Amino acid sequence: MPTEHAILAEIPRLRRYARALTGNDADADDLLQDTLERALGKWLLWRPGNLRAWLLTMMHHVFLNQLRHRPTLVTLDEDTPAIPVRPQQQDELDVRDLDRALGRLPPEQREVLLLVGLEELSYADTARILGIPPGTVMSRLSRARERLRAILAGEDRPMHLKVVK
Amino acid sequence: MNKEHVSKDQLHAYVDGQLSAADAMRVTAHLAVDADDEATVEAWRDQKILLHAAYDRQLDAAIPHAIATRLKSPSNQPFRRAAIAAAWLAAGIGIGIIADRQLAAPSDAPLALASLPQRAAIAHAVFTPEVRHPVEVGADQEAHLTAWLSKRLGHTLRAPKLAVEGFHLVGGRLITADNGPGALLMYEDGGGQRLTLYVCADNQDSGATAFRFAHQDGVSTFYWIDGRQAYALSGKLTRDALLPIASTVYRQLNGDS
Repeated sequence: MPTEHAILAEIPRLRRYARALTGNDADADDLLQDTLERALGKWLLWRPGNLRAWLLTMMHHVFLNQLRHRPTLVTLDEDTPAIPVRPQQQDELDVRDLDRALGRLPPEQREVLLLVGLEELSYADTARILGIPPGTVMSRLSRARERLRAILAGEDRPMHLKVVK
Repeated sequence: MNKEHVSKDQLHAYVDGQLSAADAMRVTAHLAVDADDEATVEAWRDQKILLHAAYDRQLDAAIPHAIATRLKSPSNQPFRRAAIAAAWLAAGIGIGIIADRQLAAPSDAPLALASLPQRAAIAHAVFTPEVRHPVEVGADQEAHLTAWLSKRLGHTLRAPKLAVEGFHLVGGRLITADNGPGALLMYEDGGGQRLTLYVCADNQDSGATAFRFAHQDGVSTFYWIDGRQAYALSGKLTRDALLPIASTVYRQLNGDS
């Protein structure tokens, strides 16, 4: 069993991923909690290695399960109540807009986009975590980035996003 | 160079820093002459910047109360540790930031010492709520307990006697410390108040340090290093209440006795 310390150290990153994946705090907390519970139940199966990848694999399975049982998890529409987020500075991107943009990607594309683009994992690790061939990682990544680009560019729907550099 | 030489997958790998240096240079040269691909790469890079700008703040967020509460519910007894651990995470992040700053700034506190109170406080928070299995070996087998832990630590460990302070030994357990085995001794007073003494090897060989004090979320910790051992005494007590007990422990472990 990994040390408590090691698991604790992974929680912030798991939470960041869960938050981006689900699009809101409540679902992110559910996903994180269910993942930790599943991990607690399976610690005996853990073998020394990449703890982060192991926990992310667990989160992937839990996420799929939640999608199956709660299809509303990713159906973010314009009526979804806004999550209050105080902008840290003028003109900073609106997290809600990005949540909505990501919410319009198919879940399997969103997972790849976030594991690679946010969690900065290698394509090989991403493939292992999601249990898909490396070629599928690349095709999903490509589709996700093109779709997101279209959404952010307003081709898909007017958005109010811009990068502050 | 024409477009056929750089595939879309390579453009992705370029954005994600997953190309070899030679391939990355090749793509850089290609982008200089291909405005479309250049714009594509720029857009993908912006996406990554957006993702980090939107979600990196989660890394500093406190663990939501809901998680701790639900994990703590009686039907979830096995998850108590995780709940407590999650609560401690918030503290850990704060301490981690401080520890990082100490690394960056000149400091007389070596790394092992900087993280010691946090590790000790987490161990305290994880193990003291245990009702049925607070320790692995009980005080009724004290000789066996200290011999066993001494062997694992590679250092003779004595269990301080704190009867004068009103605390008796409950027992101890082997724990994982930063770079190897550590020991956690647990004490209890008549009112059920528990103290933990965290002991591990000091791999930095920091020599002897003065008493230091840390306080986080109600848990006070006095810690010090003597020779090659690091010690931390933690309890849900005030600094003033813990100090005389820590002094007693220090004298017994490090004194001439």
